Amino acid sequence: MTTKEKETKRSQQQDVEITGSEAVIRSLIAEGAEVIFGYPGGAIMPVYDALYDYRNALRHILTRHEQGAVHAAQGYARVTGKVGVCIATSGPGATNLMTGIADAQIDSTPLVCITGQVTSGLLGTDAFQESDVVGLSMPVTKWNFQITTPEDIPEAIAKAFYIAASGRPGPVLLDITKDAQFGKLKYKYAKCHKIRSYVPEYPVNKEKLAEAATLINEAKKPFLIFGQGIMLGEAERELKGFIDKTGIPAAWTLLGLSALNSDHPLNVGMLGMHGNYGPNIKTNECDLLIAVGMRFDDRVTGTLKTYAKQAKIIHIEIDPAEINKNVKTDVALLGDAKKILRLLTHIVSPNKHKEWVKEFKQAHAIEDKKVIQSDLYPKKPGLTMGEVVRRVSEYTKNKAVIVSDVGQHQMATARYSKFTQPRSHITSGGLGTMGYGLPAAIGAKLGEPNREVVVFAGDGGFQMTIQELGTIAQEKLGVKMVILNNHFLGMVRQWQELFFEKRYSFTEILSPDFVKVADAYGIPGNHVSDRDKLDDAIKVMFETEGPYLLEVNIEKDDNVFPMVPAGASVSDILLSPEDATK
Amino acid sequence: MKQEYIISAYSENHIGLLNRITIIFTRRKVNIESLTVSESALKGISKFTIVVNETKDKVSNIVKQIDKQIEVLKAFYHTNEEMIFQEIALYKVPTAPLMESDQIEKLIRKHNARILEITPEYTVIEKTGHKEETQELFNGLNPFGVLQFIRSGRIAITRSPIEKLSEFLKERDALLAKIESKGKISKV
Amino acid sequence: MKKEFIITTYSENHIGLTNRITIILTRRQVNIESLTGSESALPGIHKITIVINEEEEKVKNIVKQIDKIVDVLKAFYHTNEEMIYQEIALYKVLTKSLMESDEIEKLIRSHNARILEITPEYTVIEKTGHKEETQELFQGLNKFGVLQFIRSGRIALTRSPIEKLSEFLKERDELLEKVETRSKLRKAN
Repeated sequence: MTTKEKETKRSQQQDVEITGSEAVIRSLIAEGAEVIFGYPGGAIMPVYDALYDYRNALRHILTRHEQGAVHAAQGYARVTGKVGVCIATSGPGATNLMTGIADAQIDSTPLVCITGQVTSGLLGTDAFQESDVVGLSMPVTKWNFQITTPEDIPEAIAKAFYIAASGRPGPVLLDITKDAQFGKLKYKYAKCHKIRSYVPEYPVNKEKLAEAATLINEAKKPFLIFGQGIMLGEAERELKGFIDKTGIPAAWTLLGLSALNSDHPLNVGMLGMHGNYGPNIKTNECDLLIAVGMRFDDRVTGTLKTYAKQAKIIHIEIDPAEINKNVKTDVALLGDAKKILRLLTHIVSPNKHKEWVKEFKQAHAIEDKKVIQSDLYPKKPGLTMGEVVRRVSEYTKNKAVIVSDVGQHQMATARYSKFTQPRSHITSGGLGTMGYGLPAAIGAKLGEPNREVVVFAGDGGFQMTIQELGTIAQEKLGVKMVILNNHFLGMVRQWQELFFEKRYSFTEILSPDFVKVADAYGIPGNHVSDRDKLDDAIKVMFETEGPYLLEVNIEKDDNVFPMVPAGASVSDILLSPEDATK
Repeated sequence: MKQEYIISAYSENHIGLLNRITIIFTRRKVNIESLTVSESALKGISKFTIVVNETKDKVSNIVKQIDKQIEVLKAFYHTNEEMIFQEIALYKVPTAPLMESDQIEKLIRKHNARILEITPEYTVIEKTGHKEETQELFNGLNPFGVLQFIRSGRIAITRSPIEKLSEFLKERDALLAKIESKGKISKV
Repeated sequence: MKKEFIITTYSENHIGLTNRITIILTRRQVNIESLTGSESALPGIHKITIVINEEEEKVKNIVKQIDKIVDVLKAFYHTNEEMIYQEIALYKVLTKSLMESDEIEKLIRSHNARILEITPEYTVIEKTGHKEETQELFQGLNKFGVLQFIRSGRIALTRSPIEKLSEFLKERDELLEKVETRSKLRKAN
């Protein structure tokens, strides 16, 4: 028996008296956690001490900052579909988690975050490193709870995993006081399967299903839009089955990317502010809009006043609070996307919608001519983000996990990477957290150790969590980092150029030589600025074993188009800066 | 020793302040027995009345924390004896047992309660009093099957003749005039 | 069109829940007219009654958000017409003004109010009723000077004969049996 197996076996003993902190570790193992991310400190030390005896059964990754730990847990959760786990100490340790927790809440990422807390007698006394973590995290967690007695630990952890993973997933925080960690309990673990006050999903309503089928069968110009709900509900096959049978073109939100093969003939591209031309204008031309596992974010809809007013709307959604929140629906199908799509596929009639699909192709041709060609095959000197992303994607045969940070490069990455399997595109959508990319790539690599993991980041965002290079070096994680450096905070600069009369207020940013920084951590890397050297540079990056940093110099005026200006209608999408000044 | 205390806090604003106040209790794992937000006799000033069962030291610290909130004019705490307080409770019982015997009617008389509404199906009874009193009536009615029950949060006024706050506001104005905002920090 | 709605929330746990609920309202800049936490007729089940003045569409969405809180069993909303509701108010006046004329006594009678306590200095009057009614008495008494005034949050019962929740809990238990929680995200085991 290996040490790992021995530790796992020991963790499964029931009815034994152990400390609260050991119960924390055993409960995590019982929930199937294999990798956790964290940073030790005073109030969580008992848990770290207990972890020492299970360090083979439960791999702990020491990040360089708690924000790194929570983003890494997010990246891990997003690629694996499992619950991400992170641990931090009280006070600053816990407050440093908040950005990632808020990110996970808005992007429905299942997380269990464990924070140490001062001894219960000191609560509210402004003790050293005490802060009201339950109060602080309340609006950004799906559920949170403070544990002050050791006996409550196994049950609370079981509840936490159940809540984080079921229904619409989200982050859960457990704040454990030091006395609960030190105290003893008789350990017994039982998984949580039911909470009376919580309905993770509703059973499918058959009448509504029939109503939806009628609308689908009668529609002349149906259009399906999907979000991350497809992957969270593991409904990728059902989605494909549905569109294959009905011939309905499908477009994705930023977080829905990779749920449907990029080369699928009915995959018509990305929705929203920097999405594709066709999906945006056709939203306002279709007669039926079928929204699946998406929440009509304002970056997707533009102004709601003119959004798909001509169309009937079917909303397939697990979260009742999303129904009619932003867009009024004609038929709301509440429940699990996998079950609903499967049932729906059975009862709808096969169709082709040839003419309608052709309209998308025509729109694509316009965008291709005006935007895509010059992004991917530029004639001017100077590299564009689009061509770098495309070449990386091609080199990996569209099989890599692609992580991006936030900004212009994120949009280029989403537009020009291609995917052949789900859960392969990881980015911060709803919160738009700069600094997310690098630590999320760490989590992604640990979740998918046998796949290439590439993170694209801008020069701005990379510096927000640059210290995680230390984690990559220490754990020898083969993350491939591509910095698309335009020496500017590009997205803000783009807005200043278009909407603030080119007043470039504090968007020029000085960066270090990133390759030298990587070198200081013992991570190899290279610079590239010329088109004819790009392919070689990419090849060397992938052929180098372990981590690698490639810094690519990008033209600073390489703006992201198309663009739906803030507050405009999706059908008023701009294809070029010239359109903007019209 | 733990006992009931009534905390009253006055403020000109109450959106959001409710959170700031309740979070002070939850952070310290102090259970709120009852919470009422209402207007006071002073125009534009609302009053939070919170009942907790705690030690005096803890309550005194909590009240200091509440008082420290920028938008709280003043927070006080009192024991039950120092205040006149009332609660209201509503009870819904089926009308049938009321018709069949005089027991419910006797209960209503004895407890000084009132009938608010009678329908063929149900009857709603109202009683004001202290919690023990409204609870006693609940216990009396429950053998006949209380269908619905609800009790308000506690409302309380001090035994001193005037609203303590008016005095306090005068003092506060005098104090602020004295301090004459020296602006210690803004040396610029 | 804005109007008054009564939101009723049932839960088994209430420490911290008040915050979670009020955050939903404050985040949307919705003013809470009144908030009352109390027991219900079912043992162990706590009830929070909130009155807001809003458009029905908004109220509907807010109630969905409240319902979504893990610790909330169920949230309902009703118009005033659908509920029987009461508030209680206490008024403190000078005993002197009560003695000098019979006006206050008349007010007490006509408003169906009650005297709770008389001391040589002050008198405490109690009235139950809807807000307009307790407000009317306040205005009447204020001519003589109201020293202190307080009004409770609203308490409300539905006009349906039984506590809506008992029915609901039965349905909920059946529902939870039906939904085989796939624990779909936990492939680990």
